Amino acid sequence: MSNNSAGQNSGGQGAGGQGAGGMMGWIDERFPLTKLLEEHVTKYYAPKNFNFWYYFGALSLLVLIIQIVTGIFLTMNYKPDGELAFTSVEYIMRDVNFGWLIRYMHSTGASMFFVVVYLHMFRALMYGSYKKPRELLWIFGMLIYVCLMAEAFMGYLLPWGQMSYWGAQVIISLFGAIPFGIGDAVTLWLKGDYIVSDATLNRFFALHVIAVPLVLIMLVAAHIMALHEVGSNNPDGVDIKKNKNAAGIPKDGIPFHPYYTVKDFMGAIVFLIVFFTIVFFMPEMGGYFLEHANFIPADPLKTPEHIAPVWYFTPFYAILRAVPDKLGGVMAMGAAIVVLFFLPWIDRNNVRSIRYRSLAYKVLLFSFVIAFIVLGYYGMQAPTPVGTLVSRIAALVYFGFFVGLFFVSKNEKTKPVPERVTS
Amino acid sequence: MTSKKTTTQQAGDTPVDSDTSFRDAADPKRRRMLVTGASVVGGLGALALVTPLVSSMSPSERAKAAGAPVEADISKLTPGQLLTVEWRGKPVWIVRRTEEALASLQEVRGELSDPDSDQEQQPSYAKNENRSINPEVLVMIGICTHLGCSPTYRPDIAPADLGADWKGGFFCPCHGSKFDYAGRVYAGVPAPTNLEVPPHEYLSDSLIIIGEDGGAAA
Repeated sequence: MSNNSAGQNSGGQGAGGQGAGGMMGWIDERFPLTKLLEEHVTKYYAPKNFNFWYYFGALSLLVLIIQIVTGIFLTMNYKPDGELAFTSVEYIMRDVNFGWLIRYMHSTGASMFFVVVYLHMFRALMYGSYKKPRELLWIFGMLIYVCLMAEAFMGYLLPWGQMSYWGAQVIISLFGAIPFGIGDAVTLWLKGDYIVSDATLNRFFALHVIAVPLVLIMLVAAHIMALHEVGSNNPDGVDIKKNKNAAGIPKDGIPFHPYYTVKDFMGAIVFLIVFFTIVFFMPEMGGYFLEHANFIPADPLKTPEHIAPVWYFTPFYAILRAVPDKLGGVMAMGAAIVVLFFLPWIDRNNVRSIRYRSLAYKVLLFSFVIAFIVLGYYGMQAPTPVGTLVSRIAALVYFGFFVGLFFVSKNEKTKPVPERVTS
Repeated sequence: MTSKKTTTQQAGDTPVDSDTSFRDAADPKRRRMLVTGASVVGGLGALALVTPLVSSMSPSERAKAAGAPVEADISKLTPGQLLTVEWRGKPVWIVRRTEEALASLQEVRGELSDPDSDQEQQPSYAKNENRSINPEVLVMIGICTHLGCSPTYRPDIAPADLGADWKGGFFCPCHGSKFDYAGRVYAGVPAPTNLEVPPHEYLSDSLIIIGEDGGAAA
């Protein structure tokens, strides 16, 4: 019986003619290696018109690998202890062989992760990659983004500097905005002490090195499986599966390997040159990647003069500050992230790519990006009346994008979408 | 063979040509009972396991025991000076307020969101105009009621960053909340309530104990 089903598998499409013998044949009888490779690499047909924006998915995966590998080596010398954490990081930087390199790769990797993920998400916005049938693909991606924020936040506490400490204090206090006394109980439970302390540091370490990475890896697998099920979108937003040749291969598709493996390999090398330029010459990035206040050990009695989160959180932080009410601010900040999950249903237009959409849509998307950048800038600055006013306007533009999109997309005057991809 | 195919498909299996006679002997009631029973017992066990896991993340006995009262000597505190002591890991401020500072408490009343301290942010003996036992001496937890930063002591009058109307008090650098010299919050800032006054009492004219008031708060 089992012979029968195995025969059906290999009998399907001829399996490239080399399935039977040799090492691969031996493995394939015991593990579906050729089948997996064909499904995801050598016979995964991606649209032939990918452009620059299509590098960032593969680059995200590259940064994830960098973070996991450097993270493993950092844990070999780091001590998750309120008394020892700060000095153990100094020890890594000064005494461990190449400890500085491993740590700077990890800290630069954290920021670069958000750079590539934000560009990857912007690509999805531009080309409508979240639209049917890719809604779940988008939701898996958003879950990855939320996990990534949790991972970055908890990792930032570990060096146990002033910014680590007070950043954690502020973010945990966000939960204190929940009414009916639940909030205070939740913050106490999250901290495991009456203040952010050794207990908090220890649990953040556990979550940062094992719990969240496990979830992250599973979500990445789900994201890729969903992508390979529905197929990649492209800059034209054309469904390439509609035009197949006699063999059932999309006419506008090219196998991922070797076409896009080579393209991504080249992109990865360029990316790594930029990456290591930062690691070697500007690892602190002028205080944006590693904030200056974090070179002072955590002091529970003194908040730094100016505290701000790392740059990738500041757009949401600015929304929090823009609302002059504790619960309202927290809810606005949460809503800014949650609303993204609903994008596939907010955008009611069938045309995917920005190339064939109306001017109104382009204006909306452009103002959304500007608002995001403006919020990011003011989230880094000390609170001033002008900054608050500008943040409020930008926050309105941010949410206005979704409201505007909901109505504009319904009766949008779009250009005709071509049958086949353009080159 | 063919007649049995329909029954196998109904059971949710792939229609494979195989000997399915064992299925005829199956007892669906017994199967359902076993699945339900195992689910209930297993579910209860999983729920029971959640309790110790969640509970282990709450403050430990050692952390709870660390909240002992602390004493502070204010004999050397000059007018306008601020002293910070640590109680339960939090900063507690003791400020000897100047005449001008006390006078400013009346002037700013109109700009505050809770000028009469109606919210339970202080023991009953500190629910007064100065929010203190001794009018001159302010004792307060230096943690912003917004998101837990420690505000900065800003006795300077009308500084550039806080505007010409600033009469002195506390300013939170994190999100811009402002408090007067009694820790009362200004209206229109993120912090929702006044700063908290901890339970405390005077052991002598110059010795304060924080975290203990002999039940006077009740």
